[in-house]
Amino acid sequence: MNDSLTHIFIDSLLINNFVLCTFLGMCSFIGLSGKFSTAWRMGVSVMFTITVSTWMAFFMNILLIHFHAEYLRLITYIVIIAATVQLTEMFVKKTSPALFRELGVYLPLITTNCAVLYVPLLMTSRNYNFTQTTVFALAGSGGYCMSICLLSMVRERIDLSDVSSLARGTAITLVVAAILSMAFMGFAGMGNGA
Amino acid sequence: MSDTQAPVSCHGATPPPPSDNPFVNGLWKHNPVFVTVLGMCPTLAITNSVRNAIAMGLATTFVLALSNALVSMIRKIIPNQVRIASYIAIIATAVTIADYLVKAISIPVYLALGAFIPLIVSNCITLERAEAYAGKQPVWKATLDGFGSGFGFGFALCCLGTIREVLGAGTFLGIHLFGPHFEPWVLFVLPPGGFIALAIWLLIFATYRERKDKRKKALEQPASELIAIAEVHS
Repeated sequence: MNDSLTHIFIDSLLINNFVLCTFLGMCSFIGLSGKFSTAWRMGVSVMFTITVSTWMAFFMNILLIHFHAEYLRLITYIVIIAATVQLTEMFVKKTSPALFRELGVYLPLITTNCAVLYVPLLMTSRNYNFTQTTVFALAGSGGYCMSICLLSMVRERIDLSDVSSLARGTAITLVVAAILSMAFMGFAGMGNGA
Repeated sequence: MSDTQAPVSCHGATPPPPSDNPFVNGLWKHNPVFVTVLGMCPTLAITNSVRNAIAMGLATTFVLALSNALVSMIRKIIPNQVRIASYIAIIATAVTIADYLVKAISIPVYLALGAFIPLIVSNCITLERAEAYAGKQPVWKATLDGFGSGFGFGFALCCLGTIREVLGAGTFLGIHLFGPHFEPWVLFVLPPGGFIALAIWLLIFATYRERKDKRKKALEQPASELIAIAEVHS
């Protein structure tokens, strides 16, 4: 496998898009994509959390390997993520109380977003170095942010149109997500050349 | 989604119903996938074959039963403020055990499920069951609930896995169904198929529920109204 930075970037942003191709963070993807304003805020806070927690997990992993305690990996990672989410919450509260009020409920939700746990786990299993990890975390979470924004824009239009009462809600959202996912399948061809 | 619909979120913790059997509740009335729409990531990601779906269902059942039992055992010791953190630590322990168990039992299954076994930690179902049920109920009930929700989850995974494997590969559990001339509908094995298959199942359930409601309403109507309606129609 090619591990150049460009390849990692394009691979995790488009080809293996976290949401549409590997199905990570589905709960927030479907639950919070109703409005564009909440969607992009959620996307940015997920990006921030993923990047910070992956950096912390990177150094924690070095420590764990040093002490031969790899079986503690999962527990330490999830604690790191919970701590990072708490940190994000405090940071946002301190710097911008207005944004904090708007994000309020959504911030703690990031802990149960599986995309946040997936990045450190994959980084460990692929033996990425620090630069590769950073690029992977930024591109992957950027992909998440992009797809949740795309879906929210489509859903804002769907709210204006006449959908059968049976399909309203989750079902129509899933169909839209399927069409978006089909569009992203087109990027799969880029994987071979890179 | 309109605002009147139930929001789909990881924290859609509904209180347990007054009904008595936690196993049946978890399996059917509160089915994690079809009713409360929790744990979407593994639901969509690894249902491209029935075998993966069964393996994932069993792993999740194991984690749910173990973590529910442990949470229920120490529910009186945990202070209220740190309960979520302690639940997550317990769940992570159970998932680590499950991870090593699957690796020991079958390497092909372990490779097929990939990162999704460790990701059971961040599956909303486990935390939701711990928070909404196991933290308040005696051990045997909590364990039973864990098994019920786990099997309910596994059942839903198998429903999806069946559609996707039969249409996408023309096989069921690896057995060819349609003979050599079947052209597989590859889309269903690929990611978009997951979304579409789940949408189909949700539509089927919505239709079923609406019909049931209509029938109930028709039964509740007094006989005189029914006669009036019949006269109008005739």
